[in-house]
Amino acid sequence: MNNNKTASGPVRNMQINRTRRNWLLSAPALVVLAAAASGPLLIVLVYSFLSAGEYGGVVWKFSTDAWFNVVFFRDIFDGTTTLADAHMRILWRSVRLSSITTLITLMIGFPTAYVIATRPRKTRSFWLFLITVPFWTNLLIRTFAILEVIRNEGLINIGLQRLGIIDAPIQMLYTDFAIMVGMTYVYLPLMVLPLYASMERLDFSLVEAAYDLYATRHKVLRRIIVPLVKPGIIAGSILVFIPSLGAFVTPRVLGGGKKMMLGNLIELQFGAGRNWPLGAALSVTLLALVMAALLMYVRSTQHHSGSVR
Amino acid sequence: MVEKQGTGLENAGHSLPAAISAQHVTKVFGEGKNKVLALDDVSLTIEENEFFTLLGPSGCGKTTLLRLIAGFDQPTSGAIMLRGEEISHLPPNQRSVNTVFQNYALFPHMTVAKNISFGLEMLGKPTGFIEKAVGDMLVLVKMDALRDRRTDQLSGGQQQRVALARALAPRPQVLLLDEPLSALDYKLRKEMQIELKQLQHDTGITFIFVTHDQEEALTMSDRIAVMHVGRILQIGTPRQIYNQPSERFVADFIGKSNFLSAEVLAVDGRRARLKLSSGREVSAAIPDGMIPTSSVTVVVRPEYTEIFSRSNDTGDLQGVLENIVYLGTDTHYHIRLPDESMFVTRSQNQCKVTEAFKAGQPVNVVFKPESVQVLRS
Amino acid sequence: MISLTRKRPPFSLKTQPGFGLITGVCFVMLYAPIITLVVYSFNAGKYISMWEGFSLQWYVAAWGNEAVQDAAIRSLFLAVQASVYSTILATMAALGTTRTRPFRGLTAIYAMINQPLMVPEIVTAVALLILFAMIKSWTGIQGIFYLVIAHTAFCIPFAYLPIRARLEGMDLILETAAADLYATPWKTFWRITLPLLWPGIIAGAMLGFVISLDDVVITEFVKSSGQETLPTYMLGQLRRVVTPEINAISTMLLGLSILVVCLLFFIERKFGK
Repeated sequence: MNNNKTASGPVRNMQINRTRRNWLLSAPALVVLAAAASGPLLIVLVYSFLSAGEYGGVVWKFSTDAWFNVVFFRDIFDGTTTLADAHMRILWRSVRLSSITTLITLMIGFPTAYVIATRPRKTRSFWLFLITVPFWTNLLIRTFAILEVIRNEGLINIGLQRLGIIDAPIQMLYTDFAIMVGMTYVYLPLMVLPLYASMERLDFSLVEAAYDLYATRHKVLRRIIVPLVKPGIIAGSILVFIPSLGAFVTPRVLGGGKKMMLGNLIELQFGAGRNWPLGAALSVTLLALVMAALLMYVRSTQHHSGSVR
Repeated sequence: MVEKQGTGLENAGHSLPAAISAQHVTKVFGEGKNKVLALDDVSLTIEENEFFTLLGPSGCGKTTLLRLIAGFDQPTSGAIMLRGEEISHLPPNQRSVNTVFQNYALFPHMTVAKNISFGLEMLGKPTGFIEKAVGDMLVLVKMDALRDRRTDQLSGGQQQRVALARALAPRPQVLLLDEPLSALDYKLRKEMQIELKQLQHDTGITFIFVTHDQEEALTMSDRIAVMHVGRILQIGTPRQIYNQPSERFVADFIGKSNFLSAEVLAVDGRRARLKLSSGREVSAAIPDGMIPTSSVTVVVRPEYTEIFSRSNDTGDLQGVLENIVYLGTDTHYHIRLPDESMFVTRSQNQCKVTEAFKAGQPVNVVFKPESVQVLRS
Repeated sequence: MISLTRKRPPFSLKTQPGFGLITGVCFVMLYAPIITLVVYSFNAGKYISMWEGFSLQWYVAAWGNEAVQDAAIRSLFLAVQASVYSTILATMAALGTTRTRPFRGLTAIYAMINQPLMVPEIVTAVALLILFAMIKSWTGIQGIFYLVIAHTAFCIPFAYLPIRARLEGMDLILETAAADLYATPWKTFWRITLPLLWPGIIAGAMLGFVISLDDVVITEFVKSSGQETLPTYMLGQLRRVVTPEINAISTMLLGLSILVVCLLFFIERKFGK
């Protein structure tokens, strides 16, 4: 850490000045971020403990109703309290679809990143370029593109009908499947890029050594390559899982109103649902899930302390 | 260090095939304008239980040849044989040949013991067998206490031993070593040279060693192949290479040399009678298979010559002493010959404190018998 | 002498079975929808099921559509501002946090700068909605200002990353040499640091621009009615009848993205270490 304590006199002053200068330089950015990024999160937490206003907004009265309503449903007619099925289903759908998406993007992204990383230097930029373009393309455009492909008058259905394989269009849109396909499509580049970064640094003389010692191709993959690119795998998984957990646009466009994910449920509370505190509570829940995932990531990188970089 | 005798030709009578044999191996990299001829019609034979060294400057093809034997590359033409069976196109994991890499290539995510057991695991050996083999290897390379250490926490010398143990554990028929000592400091290097030599002797496995350090090659090898721009220039025991270099490059690369031109007066089998520029006549050895033309280049090692003060006209060469370099164990005398070239004489120092010669002094040089060697042109 | 055994295909160190196929599938999967989108933006007909000939009518329609024009102008206005402000702030922050001995609070600063990347957009969107609603009800101030602040904030980490990366690659010894030759801190920054840093700054600005232009969720939540950007306009359209006008707008935005990526690659190639 800081060795200020052992410095003396003028050197120490210089170090203090430098630290102060660093703080001053960082301050404007930090102020903006505190005002429009980090700070507001605290307000969300506060709002989750308030009461819902009649036309949206809040009434400044303390209440734990919102938190209660996250998990339970109180029937206003007969006063019974049951588990909030709808909420649970949505929560489960979010976790389930995010996990599946992460898995599928890993299955597809790993070989892709590997192939790009093993291209000769000259052609590598070209392939990287091809992967980067979707990454910088608007999320909405990509979601729309998938919409055009899987809807009833979309590419796949028209194609299959033309080829005579099916008679009537297969309903793919507005299903969990559609959301999953959409999220996989949207987040695939996010998995490939960190994987590529890890693989690019792989020392292939280790692979040579493994073959020299009689390993088969499969063994080399499992025992040498995968363990050594683990940081990339974890980074990519985080970069896919977190955004997909809080996905909003993709499930809205591809899932219709019926198949909601956590993001849509939250949005509902600020729209037709008119329950801002509930929306706030749900947001905090989402944030907690994300923090948990990040914590697991941090712990698994500590595990490899002092080893592979 | 115990020397093994002979050049390996004794085996010609036995039915034992050579450990490794390369037959007219050529390797070309790239195409069109970027074509590189890394190996040019290279042939050699390496015997069982031999410590064989490929010696040459960087770019000479020695590492390329090693990689062809290991299986990481295939020859463009020609064949590589392992104990009589052709392996030229076998993938590396099907050849009973293991490599000690220059950067060690230890698996950073495995312990020392796990690295060493890797090859045996891949071969499907039973666990008990592996345990014992790993234990033996650890003792052999003196790394027993560090068996559970992760390899990125080891020093350079320790990593080198682990790399050795890992390559030896599966008991390969041939062990390849790609400049394994180049990353070590001087003292450690000298120690490891002795250990490696001992290891080869104890295990009886054929070692093929690649280096650019001629001193290393001379110390450790049973036989050396000197390589230059993709060709093998000369193969022989260390003594043969040193005392009877057949090419100018070999003489220049190994040890220090003096080069002189001479006229051929007579040839008798493997010896010739030559006339030096000083007018003196000497007898010289001719390399195998060479038919000398009327003028040749010869090489004379500095330590096979003696310097005398010029009192008369005797001496194989005459010149003026220009520089005296005192090196503790030896003294080098730099002598300017009449044709403006420099000749170096070396003599081992005696216990005297004063120097017998003075710069600027006219001197004679006398060659010791058998010290003149004709070079191929 | 020719090899004695039949030649097999040369042993390739880096190939893994099946990987090439999956990669091919991946690229096809990634580009097929986008290419379809682009192709049908030129469709004379309205439906994707029928190709009725080449036509630019949808582009004309989009350009002429007042709502689209309004949204486009607002998007660009926001993106340019967010890009400029966030780049300036990020540059300062990068200078304060890179190439320096660790000081107390440095990790906290990192955490705060990178926080927008770690939090799902919807949570930030909700938070800003609440905050701005509160401020609006207290002060009654409306306007584009809220969107500008919001965009600037979440663009900062994106601008920060390439600037920091570039700065880390610059040896402090250069600035030390300048000081040795009597340059003041400001002169050093202006004449030494900045000229070497500017490829990173340009990359950061472009990233900020694209991120702001692309943003849907936060803008959707924070905007007042009538403040449409291109993405929110498109989102709205997607709930109603979808005409190939959307394809046309998408294709133009796609072209912009490709341009930006090309520029990024070009800068990396020319000025990379």
